[in-house]
Amino acid sequence: MTPLPVNPVDLVLMIPLGSAGLLVMLPGYRWSARLNVLASLLTFCSALLLFVQRPAPTSYLQIDDLNIVFVVLNTFVAFTTSIFSASYIAHELETGRLTPVYLRFYHAMFQFMMFGMNLALIANNIGLMWVAIELATLTTILMVGIYRTHEALEAAWKYFILGSVGIALALFGTILVYMAARPVIGAGLDAMAWSVLIRHAADFDPALLNLAFVFLLLGYGTKVGLVPLHAWLPDAHAEGPTPISAVLSGLLLNVALYAVLRFKMLLAVNDKTFAPGPLMITMGLVSLIFAAFMLYRRRDIKRLFAYSSIEHMGIIAFAFGMGGPLANFAGLLHMTMHSLTKSAIFFSVGHVAQVKGTQKIAEMGGLSVTHPVLAWTLVIGVAAIAGLPPSGIFTSEFLVVSSTFARAPLLAIPLVIGLLVGIGALFLRLGGVVFGEPRGSTAPDKASYLPFLAHLSLVLVAGLYLPGPIVSWFQTVARMLG
Amino acid sequence: MHGLEFDIAHLLAGGLVLVSFVMLYQDRMYALINVFALHAVLLALSVSWQAYVQDASHLYVTAGIALIFKATIIPAALRRIVERLNIHREIETVVGIGLTMLAGIALVALSAVVMLRVTATADPLAREDLAFALSIVLLGLLMMVSRRNAVGQVIGFMSLENGLVLAATGAKGMPLVVEISVAFSVLIAFIVIGIFLFRIRERFDTVELQALDRFRGERQ
Repeated sequence: MTPLPVNPVDLVLMIPLGSAGLLVMLPGYRWSARLNVLASLLTFCSALLLFVQRPAPTSYLQIDDLNIVFVVLNTFVAFTTSIFSASYIAHELETGRLTPVYLRFYHAMFQFMMFGMNLALIANNIGLMWVAIELATLTTILMVGIYRTHEALEAAWKYFILGSVGIALALFGTILVYMAARPVIGAGLDAMAWSVLIRHAADFDPALLNLAFVFLLLGYGTKVGLVPLHAWLPDAHAEGPTPISAVLSGLLLNVALYAVLRFKMLLAVNDKTFAPGPLMITMGLVSLIFAAFMLYRRRDIKRLFAYSSIEHMGIIAFAFGMGGPLANFAGLLHMTMHSLTKSAIFFSVGHVAQVKGTQKIAEMGGLSVTHPVLAWTLVIGVAAIAGLPPSGIFTSEFLVVSSTFARAPLLAIPLVIGLLVGIGALFLRLGGVVFGEPRGSTAPDKASYLPFLAHLSLVLVAGLYLPGPIVSWFQTVARMLG
Repeated sequence: MHGLEFDIAHLLAGGLVLVSFVMLYQDRMYALINVFALHAVLLALSVSWQAYVQDASHLYVTAGIALIFKATIIPAALRRIVERLNIHREIETVVGIGLTMLAGIALVALSAVVMLRVTATADPLAREDLAFALSIVLLGLLMMVSRRNAVGQVIGFMSLENGLVLAATGAKGMPLVVEISVAFSVLIAFIVIGIFLFRIRERFDTVELQALDRFRGERQ
């Protein structure tokens, strides 16, 4: 195979960065929305090129089995979100919630955030990854506060303070990992490179590595939204523009979890460290059960699905905490499926909130009468996220539950209770939105259903049949995670 | 490691912990800002000492950032904010000063116990530096939870970040320290600009973050 003239890794990073610069200067919102879609599409295509030609790791960047699919998923969801965003933003401009100047800023920030997230995934350096996650956090904070209402600013501020504390703890953990690596690898860049760390992790000082992992789990766990560090998440989802809620739930939480998984791999290689499993299992279960019960009292539709994200992040943390090939496989599958399904739901919710002019569940009943198509997308989305067959979420949740039953039946009981409580709450709230007396506006919607359909059909296909190469990839990575 | 180099590094790092304690009991905005400026100056001294001892000239950049940005520009900006928003005396703590100090002492003891036990094999300068750094981080966190107003919390966060920079410079030969300290400065600049631009006092009626607790978006 002839090598490509350009390195696809550079493209994945440079396209978002370059278009961010371009978008700052472009005045008209129609053009900037189109450019945003185009740039996201190009980034997605260059991410696909990574399958064809995988470049050798450098001291700062690398592509390996673990991150390649996350990069593709990241750029794919960014592409569909940019399509959704184009139709969403036009409406926001009409209603005057956003001014053209803020819109220019919005598109530039969107690409800048993608740059941060892609860099965090591709980074071959624990320090660089930290900086990239900080960058992605900062841009999302700005986006959350973009409406500049009282609530939006408060949500952004809360996210800011909690996110900063999390980021600070993660840096302390990063420094500790370097301290553990230095005596073995020697000072310098190599002692921070993933590809080198993983080869030598068996000789690291186990006590330092343990302590580092606790800080990293707490730090990046804040960004994952694990209870009790989740307080920022519902506010940030509810008050920002809906495309940002989709990207937050679908991508940023995954990126933070990816960071935790990377460090967990170091611990898995070193057999003298403590098992990180029980810590992650506890945090995961607590998140799952807490969020499942919290779902009942939600009156704001975006807040409802934000809590559902906490719930699913809990399930994923639980699965990786259980460890072993099967549970890790289920965790990876669930990460992918949740990312696709939840962003699809936010696409649908965004349009629902726009036609109804409110996010309050009490004010938007009877959607199946007023907007049947939107109502059905929402029902399908919720059925998929609740884990009803044949959605992909069903497959992954089934794997988590069955592997837990096989190895630790006692843990399976709270897990199943949490899942069932969550399902009940989602359908209870969904009933209020879709059925009953029609309330609120009946104006026709101008929604684009394409992104939603693309995501949901992928989830459905994955639930019915997983292609062989994907299964073998999941299995390889599941073994790497230990 | 010579005795004197070791002692001076200790003196400066210990000084930072002490100043963190001093920050805990300040009850006036201007005094708090001044103490924070002192914290940043001590950090700059400590980092430049590490740069000298380790013969790592790039660390002088980090020291310079601490001196110019954190000890000069940020305190000046904060003073302006306090003046504009008229919050000279609005420091309220969640629990009494005595209890906060006791909690602080407990945190320092905790970090010493944890770090010294864990890093038994590391070289002594690094391990004691880390113990000090963790104390500063924990004291910063304590300050963030015990202060009710936004400016106080930001200062708590910045002192926490000083602890991280101390840890990063103490880890011998760690790459990217300068980049990380720049990234942190950007973060802090954003926070301060955020308070200033959005006039958190004006828009939320008060800079007290307790007001945020009242907001859950769930009330009809």
